[in-house]
Order: sequence, then C-alpha cells, then structure tokens
Amino acid sequence: MKRQLIVFVKQVPDTKNISGEAMTPEGTVNRAALPAIFNPEDLNAIELGLELKDRYGYKVIVATMGPPNASEVLRQSLYMGADETILITDRAFAGADTLATSYALSCCAKTVGEYDLILCGRQAIDGDTAQVGPQLAEKLNIPQICYVEEVIEIEKKKIKARRSIEGGFEMLEAPLPVLLSVVDVNEPRPPAARKIMKFKKAKTRTELLSSHGNASYMDAGQLIEEENRLRKKNLWIHEWNAAKINADIERIGLKGSPTKVKKIENVVLTASDVVSVDPTDQGIGRLIHELIEDHTLG
Amino acid sequence: MTDKIGNVWIFIEQEGGKIADVSLELVCKGRELADRLKVKTEAVIIGNNLTESIDPLFHYGCDNVFLIESPVLEPFTVLPFAEVLVKLLKQHRPNIFLVGASLKGRELAPRVASSMLAGLTADCTDLQIDDFADKINKKSYNNKLMQIRPAFGGNIIATIVNTWQDPQMVTVREGVMKMTEPDMSRKGKITKIKPEISVESQVVNVLKRVSEEKSVDLKKAQILVSGGYGVGSKENFKQIYNLADALGADVGASRAAVDAGWIDHDRQVGQTGVTVRPKLYIACGISGSVQHRAGMDESSKIIAIDTDPEAPIFGVAHYGIVGNLNEVIPKMIKAFKAKV
Repeated sequence: MKRQLIVFVKQVPDTKNISGEAMTPEGTVNRAALPAIFNPEDLNAIELGLELKDRYGYKVIVATMGPPNASEVLRQSLYMGADETILITDRAFAGADTLATSYALSCCAKTVGEYDLILCGRQAIDGDTAQVGPQLAEKLNIPQICYVEEVIEIEKKKIKARRSIEGGFEMLEAPLPVLLSVVDVNEPRPPAARKIMKFKKAKTRTELLSSHGNASYMDAGQLIEEENRLRKKNLWIHEWNAAKINADIERIGLKGSPTKVKKIENVVLTASDVVSVDPTDQGIGRLIHELIEDHTLG
Repeated sequence: MTDKIGNVWIFIEQEGGKIADVSLELVCKGRELADRLKVKTEAVIIGNNLTESIDPLFHYGCDNVFLIESPVLEPFTVLPFAEVLVKLLKQHRPNIFLVGASLKGRELAPRVASSMLAGLTADCTDLQIDDFADKINKKSYNNKLMQIRPAFGGNIIATIVNTWQDPQMVTVREGVMKMTEPDMSRKGKITKIKPEISVESQVVNVLKRVSEEKSVDLKKAQILVSGGYGVGSKENFKQIYNLADALGADVGASRAAVDAGWIDHDRQVGQTGVTVRPKLYIACGISGSVQHRAGMDESSKIIAIDTDPEAPIFGVAHYGIVGNLNEVIPKMIKAFKAKV
C-alpha cells in the first residue's frame, strides 16, 4: 500500500482581521460576523505534506473536525493537491476542549489506520493554545516534533527534521510514525485553477442530500448512484461521525472536556483620561518637560 | 472532596543549569496561591548537574524541590521529561501545576496533561482561587484555580476551571506574573529522585543544537519606543531608532511591523511576543490591536503617536499625539535635547 500521511486542519473565525462591521456598538466583537478562514499555520502543514508527497510519493489525507460547512477547508485542500479528505462531524463533538478534541482526532487517525506522519499547524488562531498537536501525539502514543521548520530526510523508517527552539534551532531524529507541528516557514502553494474546476464539485453526503432538496427514500437509488459516481471521480469528501471512528461518547464533546468555562467577558476598550498633546513644538515641548519633571525621562 | 488538598507545583525550566525567568515568576505566583490554600510550594527541576542551580528556588518561595538528574535528561527532549513528570504527578497528586508557556513548556505541558487526563489552560494572564458552581452538571467546587486567559484573538477574556481530578494545569507566558523580592535567607528541602526512563521515551535523538544568545531583552527596558505598520517602511523605521537613541531607550515593534519584515521578531511586543512594563512606552504608528495592547498596557506611562485619532491605541495611552510621526519624532528629539 502507498505510504500515507494525515494533515489535521481547522476552520477558524478570522480573529486577526476584525473589521468595523464585526464590532458591536458596545465595542465588543460580534463573533457571528467574522468570516471563517483556513487556520493559517495549517496551510503550512498542508504545504509540508504536499512537499513530502512530491519527494517521497506520500498519499496526503487531510482531515478536519467541525460543523458540516467546515467541508470548505477540505475543498481548499483538494485545490492545493490533497488526495483524500475527511470531515469529522457529529453534534456529540460540540463543546470539546483540547483534550476531547485530541481524543477525537486520535480516533480518526486510528480509523485511517496506516500512516507514517501526522502533520498539523503549531496552533489555531481562535485559541492560540498549541495544545492539540502534543496531546494528539500522546493519545496515539507516538513521538512528536513541534515547531518544525523543515524535513531534512525520511529514510529507513526514520525522519530527520529541523525545528526551532528558544533562541536557535535543533536537528532531531525520530522513528516513524511521528507527529510534526509546523510553523509559518514555508510558502503554501496557491490553489491550482485546474483543480478548482474539478474539486469545487466535491461533496460530503450531507451536501449531496441537501443538493437534492428534501431528499426522501424515493431518491435513494439515485443518491447511491450519484455517490458512486462522485467516489469514482475522487470527488467524495468522507463524512465520519463519532460511531464511525469508534469514539467513546464519554470522552468527546463537552462530556469529555475537563475544563469548563466559568465566565466570558468581552474586552471593551476602556475610556481612559488620555491627555491630548498638540503635534506642535510647544505641545511636544510641554510633554517632554513634564516627563523630565516626573523623572520618567532623563 | 474530603481528601487532603495537594500542594502547588511549579515546573522549573532550565538551560545549562540557568533557570528561566518565567519559572521564578511562577514560583512567586505559586507561593501566593499556596499561601491562600495553606499548602506547600514545590518545584520540579529536571536535567543533569543541577545541584548548583537550586538555591534561588528557595529564595523565591519554594518549600521543597524535586531534583531529577540523569545524563539522559540533558539536553531537553519532550518524551523523557513527560515520563518523569507523569510518574511524579500520579504519585503526589498536586492540586495545581504551573508551567511556563515557553516553547518547551508549550510542547511538554499538553503531552503531560493528555496523559494525566487533566485539563490544561494555555497562556493564562491571571490566576485566582475561588469557588465554582457548575450549573450544567449541578456540582459545586471549593477553592478551585480560576484560570484567566484572553481568547479569540484577545477579544474575550475567559475564566476556565478544571473540574476533573487534580492537578489543575496551566501555562503562563514569561513576564506576565511579577517576580517578588527574593528572601536570600530562605531555605528548603531537596528531594532527589532517581529517574527510571523507559527505552520508548528515548527514541528521539538530538543530532545538532544551535543556540544563539538572545541579543535583546525588552523586558528589562526602562523606556521603549515601538513602531508599527504606520511607520510605513523599513527605511522609515530609522525614525524609531533615532528617537530611541536620543532618549536612551530600546526599540520594540508590533506584529504588523515584524510581519512586514522591518524588524526582528525578538523585538515584538504583544500576546505572541514579549510582555513589557517599562516606565515609558512610546507607540509610534501602532493602531493598537488587542494582541498588542495585552503586551504593553501595564506600562507606567504610555505615549501614542498615530495619524488616526480613532486608533484603539489612544484608549490605553496616557498621552495621545495625533499626527505624522515623521514630524512628531524630530520635534520630540529636539525638545528633549533642549531640556537636558
């Protein structure tokens, strides 16, 4: 069988570019108004996966856990060159913290079965925790190399990689399978026009059903036929629920999460007593004088 | 809940025997939490040849230090460190376990938490002790650790509680907790533990390590002049250096200026950079995203210079100058030189 690697990605709200429309009159963020984007460092992980596909012939499987419309990041992965995609989706996964998330992802990886590498971005911009990578490696009982900048080589079931450390870098050697968390060092390839034309038609089962409107059992034959056609053309996005990946219901979602949110406060810009200084010689002169007087300067 | 409450533990990060500042900051915070809970403050230090490094841990507030030494534990690799920690945590069940949110801490803590099935909250900006009523599961908890952190790109502040079995684990970034004055006469106990490290934990080899001493330490700066995207170009960043030179200040930057390639990442101030509290912070052409403000809003005095009077940076500034920094900065330099 062809050697495989799995890239785990996430669709996130774009917290880095919060536009005026996404702000409420109270000065807080209206989360629903934020566009959903591909988590930036996950694109670096896909790029690394595709580089390894080019170098070693890996089959690149991209998987994400999220609501049904998270399939969008999987289509984008196909546009870049992914071979197969999996949407892990189930209401039972909702409310998962990083521990419950990594458990669910580990169940997905076990369902895929054989893999040499698991790749993920270092962290997602909605939480910035960088926890899921190492936790997933622990759940799978495989070693981890975090903050990977470059894969030097893969040979004889071993990988050599360069990764950043505090104030420098390190070359590590680890046996396969291994999990790599990837930092923003490579240039993710743009989607290929030819692939967009082809894979924009890629669908999950949910999307196939909804494209038929309120499909009833009358359409079953037609749906199966269409599913088979999509599968044959490699336009099928797998949709796996908790049962499919053999996830223990006690360990996923809110139930499987040791951390509970006690309170959420929106950050509101506090009106401060800012002293307005004229951008003139006099205004700035007075300011500097004041700062020297109170020993802040000089 | 009738069990005796566990102690407060701190993971002590070290490199070549030198203890990381963040670990000492956490010892200080840990001591405060332990006093509140009336338990002991204990530290875990892992590596090789560390006997010389331990005294400061007592000076800053530790009652006991678990010392784990082995040639296998130098240099740092995550698997043997995780194995050692998991064994110790299972044996002693501390109430709270604090880890620095350094690169090492951020790959080690999740691996350990996953193995312990413990909750872990990353990058806390405040820690408090309080009671928690879990309304959904109709359970109440006394004296839990309130793990307070910004989330969602810093747009919300969440208070998180670990409701499963102890330890309650968190990571905290360097510079967030304040270091208290050390008491040089303070002494404590050293508990040496001989580690047994499995073969499976020794599968990752360090082939090469290249470390460059950090050239800048913004945390120690008394005065900081920072430039943002509004500076406009790398060329124009000279203005920032000119002002810093004149005032005897260090130079910082916002993420946007770092991303634009105008300045090195080790000068980045903010949530993903350094947290600073200088006596004077001058923000030049920085609009003031929440991420940036989180890293500087505790500065004693803040001057903001920006062309946009609506820029959020003015919300945290003590002095606001609405104007073009190419005109304002030379005037500041001139005024300062005239006064001293």
